Amino acid sequence: MTDAFTFRIDGVDVLARPGQTIMEAADAAGIYIPRLCDHEGLRHQGGCRVCTVRAGGRSVAACTQPAEPGLDVENDTPARNRIRRDLVEMLFHEGNHLCPICEKSGNCELQAMAYRLEMTQPTRFPWLEPCRALDASHPDIALDTNRCISCGRCIRASQDIDGKGVFGYVGRGIHRRVAVNGPDLAHTGAAVTDAAMAVCPVGCIIRKGEGFSTPIGERAFDHGLIGHEIEEKRK
Amino acid sequence: MTRPRVATVSLAGCFGCHMAFLDMDERLVTLMARVEFDRSPLTDLKTFTRRCDIGIIEGGCCNEENVHTLIEFRRNCDVLIALGQCAIMGGLPAMRNAIMHADDPLRECLEEAYLTGPYLRNLTRHVPNDPALPLILDKVYPCSDIVDIDIQIPGCAPSGDIIFDTLTALLDGTFHGFDRARLRFD
Amino acid sequence: MTTAPGDLPEDAIRAICAGFGNDRHRMLDILLGVQARQCWISPAAMETIAAATGLTRIAVEGVASFYSFLSLSPKGRVPIRLCDDIVDRFAGLDAVAAAFEAELGIRVGQTTPDGAVSLELTPCIGMCDQAPAAMVGDLVATRLTPDRARALARALRQGLSPTEALVADHDRLSPLARAKAQVEDNIRQAGEVLLGAVPLDAGIAAARAMTPAAIIDAVETSGLRGCGGAGFTTGRKWRLAASAPDDHRVVICNADEGEPGTFKDRVLLTDRADLVIEGMAICARAIGGREGILYLRGEYVYLRDHLQDALAVARARGVLGDGFDIRIQLGAGAYVCGEEGALISSCEGLPGEPKTRPPFPVTRGYLGHPTVVNNVETFAHVARILDRGPDWFRAMGTDKSRGTKLFSVSGDCARPGVYELPWGLTLRELLALAGGEDAAAVQVGGPSGTMVGRDGFDRRLGYEDLATGGAVIVFSPRRNILEIVDYYLSFFVHESCGYCTPCRVGNVFLKKAVEKFRKGQADEADIAYLKELSATIIETSRCGLGMTSPNPVLTSLENLPLVWAAVTRPRKDGLKATFDIQAAIEGGRRIARRRSYIFDRDFSE
Repeated sequence: MTDAFTFRIDGVDVLARPGQTIMEAADAAGIYIPRLCDHEGLRHQGGCRVCTVRAGGRSVAACTQPAEPGLDVENDTPARNRIRRDLVEMLFHEGNHLCPICEKSGNCELQAMAYRLEMTQPTRFPWLEPCRALDASHPDIALDTNRCISCGRCIRASQDIDGKGVFGYVGRGIHRRVAVNGPDLAHTGAAVTDAAMAVCPVGCIIRKGEGFSTPIGERAFDHGLIGHEIEEKRK
Repeated sequence: MTRPRVATVSLAGCFGCHMAFLDMDERLVTLMARVEFDRSPLTDLKTFTRRCDIGIIEGGCCNEENVHTLIEFRRNCDVLIALGQCAIMGGLPAMRNAIMHADDPLRECLEEAYLTGPYLRNLTRHVPNDPALPLILDKVYPCSDIVDIDIQIPGCAPSGDIIFDTLTALLDGTFHGFDRARLRFD
Repeated sequence: MTTAPGDLPEDAIRAICAGFGNDRHRMLDILLGVQARQCWISPAAMETIAAATGLTRIAVEGVASFYSFLSLSPKGRVPIRLCDDIVDRFAGLDAVAAAFEAELGIRVGQTTPDGAVSLELTPCIGMCDQAPAAMVGDLVATRLTPDRARALARALRQGLSPTEALVADHDRLSPLARAKAQVEDNIRQAGEVLLGAVPLDAGIAAARAMTPAAIIDAVETSGLRGCGGAGFTTGRKWRLAASAPDDHRVVICNADEGEPGTFKDRVLLTDRADLVIEGMAICARAIGGREGILYLRGEYVYLRDHLQDALAVARARGVLGDGFDIRIQLGAGAYVCGEEGALISSCEGLPGEPKTRPPFPVTRGYLGHPTVVNNVETFAHVARILDRGPDWFRAMGTDKSRGTKLFSVSGDCARPGVYELPWGLTLRELLALAGGEDAAAVQVGGPSGTMVGRDGFDRRLGYEDLATGGAVIVFSPRRNILEIVDYYLSFFVHESCGYCTPCRVGNVFLKKAVEKFRKGQADEADIAYLKELSATIIETSRCGLGMTSPNPVLTSLENLPLVWAAVTRPRKDGLKATFDIQAAIEGGRRIARRRSYIFDRDFSE
């Protein structure tokens, strides 16, 4: 069962073990597939769909689709990236992502993904402008779900790593959002040291007292596109 | 041969994008040699003298005068550029769009800004309402909500480099987008 | 509000949990039990349920907030849910709603101050052939008129129960008779397979004489395909489940008939419940099924007692028992639960979110066990195929669409109801049977299917061309096609589970784009935008809901292009038609108490 096999991504041979997803094999091979909800060390969710690739004639989420021997995967092409840009732009418009006033700016994966996918055209999407109340009850953490992209990383991290279940989804459809296990964040078991507080890709879970402490030029995505660390494995 | 004409304006912005224009430094001289500035704070011309090739908009629209000016720019310019995050998506002024919980959000917003906010010192105890003040809009609109925008230059403010490179490429007819590594929304 | 007058004591909530073994997988049953008794799922109840089932409160809230029939704020003891389907709207829903509002003294979305009745809207409840209709508590009222609505509201306000108000002589009636007193069958055409004369237990008797492998062979040979809409080959599905390595396999009947305009399963569950149960028992014998679930959509709760009776009879006759039994899982108002993964999630006590595939349910389904999920009609067909043999079934229909199919015909036609016909007839033939010849458009397969214009009426119903789970909705020339498209998109927005970005957000954008057309603000570029956005949603969505939700837009663009072109205007001034300066300055004008120098004409003139 542990016999490795090869498949191809954009014409490049990639080695995979049985049970690996397309994305896991790609990461190991130094090929970056854009993603937002997926995070190393957490269960795969397959919700943001930014990692959509063409594989075997079908569109699939690379983070959940198992690699198969001989599979031909289309990843970094203009058509794939245009669709991904649409999805990233949908997330920008679903919430309130005002980069200039957000302390996550420069360290934000949504923003970095917009750079990588060149989200620079005048938009055709409407702005939904949610008005959810900020939860600043916790002494060390603030929660602004208007910036949530429903990646669910905090939910999985709190459940699986912290063993707490501080977060969960409530509601359905466009009203689905992340909520906390109590009347507010202060009345949950949340601690600033939780893994759940470190995995938010955007400025939704905010550690208080840290904002704007890293100067521009030294932030996570000031030097290189998101995914460059994976791509550098190949060089 | 006449030089291409450029107009600029700052709507609901902080003038930071116009300041970023000055970050082109000595390249501004190079640019000036290639274009002629029409209506612009740089020339202090308040109206168009004639039709322009390029119009550059800083800021979104928070009041009726912004809308009026933006429409004038659209009507008088061949290519309209939204410069900076406020013009592109509302920017800082658009923060007020997200605090619209109340039944009468506009009134509450003005009252907090001028009367009840904790950090105020307003001896008049009034919300300013001089007849010369343009009427405020229900919310802050990005430029592309009101008119067609042809090109967006992101940034808060955009760097002098990205402004110069974009304008130069446009004038040369070689603009095909931006260098991804230099894109910034802040 | 954290408590309401009718709230149950903690002990009572704990008793409800204990009634389901404090099993978190029975969460939907527990929550429905609490909802029925205290008319909402209070924060206190969620705490108690969480403690009893070993979950976090937020996990309980995740389930409670997902389903439309569960409420996080207090509702009336009798919820009236007016069916808001487009067919009901065209049949006079507005006047009926106004009559209820006037008689009850509340608006839609509100509850009477005494907590007796609440009034709300709900998507299609499967009564399109007798619209306008409404759920009244656990019962159904059909063919509503303003007069009937007023009388019903009065009766409820006087303290009558829904049963007393809707079913005469209810004490003397069997559950089946009670169901039939509320809802008509409207069988317009009884075919040879399902709705004609059908012998009792003949299929299961034949199956008992066969090996499991031979049963699967027979089903596969018959050419039977899933009747819910997707059309997967039934025999192949069974074979995959039978070969999955696990000795506990599960058979689930999908009676979550949620596609607007579909109601044929309602008729089968009413008149052929024995056949459906028989089909499930045959499947269990074929795949080695140890556990059966009939997932009944919440809208069909009025059939629950009748189905419990039918299960009891089947047990008494020996169709069930002997290592395989069936329980009813009631749904709670979520269209997406018709998707097999979401349906399994719902059976497991989770929000009705589709599951990641692979693994497919046939290998890892309900609680990790190999699971066959088939539609009501599919199971009924199975029982008949085993009785009469696969060749008999195979001889009907067409190459790729064998046998007969039940069509639910509704809308602008003289004879709405259920038609059992061999696959392969043309739409025109079906319209002639139903008295819908003057149709301008027909929605085949419900919103997720195809909108067909007049020039497509010679197209054939079947997997070769117009595949359908059975819904055929007829629209006369006086209907506004864009209103229909807009309604269907609002349906998908309401029913998206929200798990994936394109379906959650993209459908909202698509609906807004259609609204732009309806307001006459769209130009040529908007047509291209509709198509591109639709393509993105279809290509990246995680389940069938998002993969089909743009179909009303795409198929009407393709088959009825003129209705779109008629409202598309060229735009030359570079100004956005959606921006309304007068609306934008209205608030400012009011606050400043003056007119605009710039945009008020009387000022500048």
